[in-house]
Amino acid sequence: MQNNQAIVPAVLDQAGSEHGEHPSYLRHHFQTVEQQADASNFAMWLFLLTEVMFFGGLFTAYLIYRNWYFPAFVAGSHQLNVVWGTLNTLVLILSSFTMAMGVWCAETGRKTGLVLCLALTFILGIGFLGIKSVEYAEKIEKHHVPGLHYSLRSFLDPDSDAAARAAGDKPMTPEMAVHTELYFSLYFAMTGMHALHMIVGIGILGFMIFRARAGAYTSGHVTFVENFGLYWHFVDIVWIYLFALLYLISRH
Amino acid sequence: MSTNTIVNNPDQSEASFPKVNYLNQEYGLMSWLLTKDHKRIAILYMISLSFFFFLGGIMAGLIRLELLTPQSDLMSSDTYNKVFTMHGVIMIFLFLVPSVPATLGNFFIPMMIGAKDLALPRINLLSWYLYVIGGILVIYTMISGGVDTGWTFTTPLSTHYVNTNVISTCFAVFIAGFSSIFTGLNFLVTIHKMRAPGMTWFRLPLFVWAHYAASVQMVLATPVVAIAIVLLMLERTIGIGIFDPTKGGDPLLFQHLFWFYSHPAVYIMILPGMGVISEVISTFSRKRVFGYTAVAFSSVAIAVFGFFVWAHHMFIMGISNYAVLVFSLLSMLVAVPSAIKIFNWAFTLYKGSITFEAPMLYAFGFLGLFTIGGMSGVFLGTAGTDIHFTETYFIVAHFHFVMVGGMLMAFLAGIHFWWPKMTGRMYPETLSQVAAVVTFIGFNLTFFPQFILGMLGMPRRYASYPPEFQGLNVLSTAGASILGVGYMLSVLYLLWSLKYGAVAGNNPWKATGLEWQCQSPPLTENFTEPPIMDHEAYDYAWLERKSRDSRKEEVASAE
Repeated sequence: MQNNQAIVPAVLDQAGSEHGEHPSYLRHHFQTVEQQADASNFAMWLFLLTEVMFFGGLFTAYLIYRNWYFPAFVAGSHQLNVVWGTLNTLVLILSSFTMAMGVWCAETGRKTGLVLCLALTFILGIGFLGIKSVEYAEKIEKHHVPGLHYSLRSFLDPDSDAAARAAGDKPMTPEMAVHTELYFSLYFAMTGMHALHMIVGIGILGFMIFRARAGAYTSGHVTFVENFGLYWHFVDIVWIYLFALLYLISRH
Repeated sequence: MSTNTIVNNPDQSEASFPKVNYLNQEYGLMSWLLTKDHKRIAILYMISLSFFFFLGGIMAGLIRLELLTPQSDLMSSDTYNKVFTMHGVIMIFLFLVPSVPATLGNFFIPMMIGAKDLALPRINLLSWYLYVIGGILVIYTMISGGVDTGWTFTTPLSTHYVNTNVISTCFAVFIAGFSSIFTGLNFLVTIHKMRAPGMTWFRLPLFVWAHYAASVQMVLATPVVAIAIVLLMLERTIGIGIFDPTKGGDPLLFQHLFWFYSHPAVYIMILPGMGVISEVISTFSRKRVFGYTAVAFSSVAIAVFGFFVWAHHMFIMGISNYAVLVFSLLSMLVAVPSAIKIFNWAFTLYKGSITFEAPMLYAFGFLGLFTIGGMSGVFLGTAGTDIHFTETYFIVAHFHFVMVGGMLMAFLAGIHFWWPKMTGRMYPETLSQVAAVVTFIGFNLTFFPQFILGMLGMPRRYASYPPEFQGLNVLSTAGASILGVGYMLSVLYLLWSLKYGAVAGNNPWKATGLEWQCQSPPLTENFTEPPIMDHEAYDYAWLERKSRDSRKEEVASAE
């Protein structure tokens, strides 16, 4: 942390105007490195805005059906494994931390640190998906996946189901119980969309690790790492909301 | 030279075709398919858009032919359903939404703001490829049996009752939607970050303002239809129940999500067209656009209001009376900024030195037809009359007046206006004027009878109709064939002019935009040196000063 605590502009200056020449990563249609960084940063924020609208549709559906069928949503929520969910939340927050450290490493020109941070983020991301698939497997076993094989047993006869029994669920009327399928539809649609974003992110991370080892991000051109960081944090935030809305409905 | 009072033909005596330009700086197919030049991507878009317009036009022709007689005799009802669905899907998602932004916007926004390219050239190319993939999926849908839900994919019809290719069509719309998102995102970043020195927000041409407003809508509204379509596909494939009433889902939710995009989409389509009209009317009246600020902000106002009116598509769908009341009122609000535009254009014409080149004729067509289209929209925004008109030909006439009479006229105005800049060649003037008039007549003959048919109660989306409606339908079909002749004429002489058109020179219209101050066709990097904006938009006095100065210099250097 001593003398090489150069922040972004300093690195950019070094790379940019040492001999009055443009750095190799300045694309031809930009006047300055700052303009290029500004533009791609702004583009990333706009892209995240479209993502907010994309998930917004799902959250709207959730809001409406949760209001209409609250008991079904509570009973459905009891079927989720809060331990796995909490663990996954921690994994994801930790991965956000390693990602933020990675951005810092890139900005300060620490190549080894960057590769390490990206690799850790990569592993944590895979870990999240691993835990998620364990949870999905539980749902498949209990026939809680919406569609032809969906089973209402846990809700009509809670005593037959350990999770429902533990939460003290009472048997539901068949009319309300059918709406638990909507809860699981939203659960799978929302966490599925989230997982898809994770998979895309992990793919890009893999690509970035190779590029980082070649030193692509530690010579001043940090916008790609920064923007990916924004994406990763966004995916993280979406999960925080999903965790609260899907797992913690009736836990005060 | 009596024609000079009508048409101010450019002086081409000294015009020469530049040896080096964006069209010939690189050669070969790959130099086009992998290009990151916004101008070449615009040309790629133009070719693919024209193809899909042609395809959608064939569908329109089939529809009109079928409706020539009261019986369904040319095709069965099922086929008819598929044909009008494909007409809607192709024309809306593959033609109208990307039409002006992806071609003219792509080509001219960077030039108008004095930039070398869009901020994200690779994303720009990606958006074209996404468009093409979307288009290929639509073609796949067509050859594998088509789809017959109508372009609105209304649930539960699309999820439970039809056996046609809903999935592939939805996937096509999903992909084309991302193409549109990336185009909008690219424009927003470019307009924010790439403006030349001195190019302040209120020196931007109104074309750029209009695209800015439309881009905001593309970025905010399109993701919503994307998720709606994903849910629709999940509903259809595994039955997740979100739109299925038997499981407690609400089919209306789909319509809310769908129209939350598809109403703003109407403004995504028309706003860029309005931008074209601002440029054309100012140039051919030789006057600054009257009320520049008002026109600029009315674009933004349309974009904002556009987000709060979607439920007027659902007045008869069983939404609450209060919702009908609120959305009816909000819908009326959109009339205000639209009227601001029309009035300001009219005042721009007032005491201008008007000439009647083809782009101006199309612009006049736009003014009249868009006004009729917009005013008929008031009938539909009013809940009482809407209940009578919904699902009749009145609606069909209304949105064709706005989309074909408005948007397509604006598109053609823009194509003719910027043709010299894009290709370096003039289109043939007299022939173009004829085509503009033929198009106008054909259009009115096609769609005005449909207002009357709708008033009389002829429902849309049927292959057959009671015999008493035949007279007006024959008129409409006759008009459609005239309209077709008008379009074909444009295509033919524009292609002809690529080789044989007169050399255009840098600024044939003596227009003030930065795009006219460089060579035509432009260099790959647009400008030889980065431009500095030192005057207001539409400042014709500046242009005169500039040409006087350059003449003085010539004289001085000659001495």
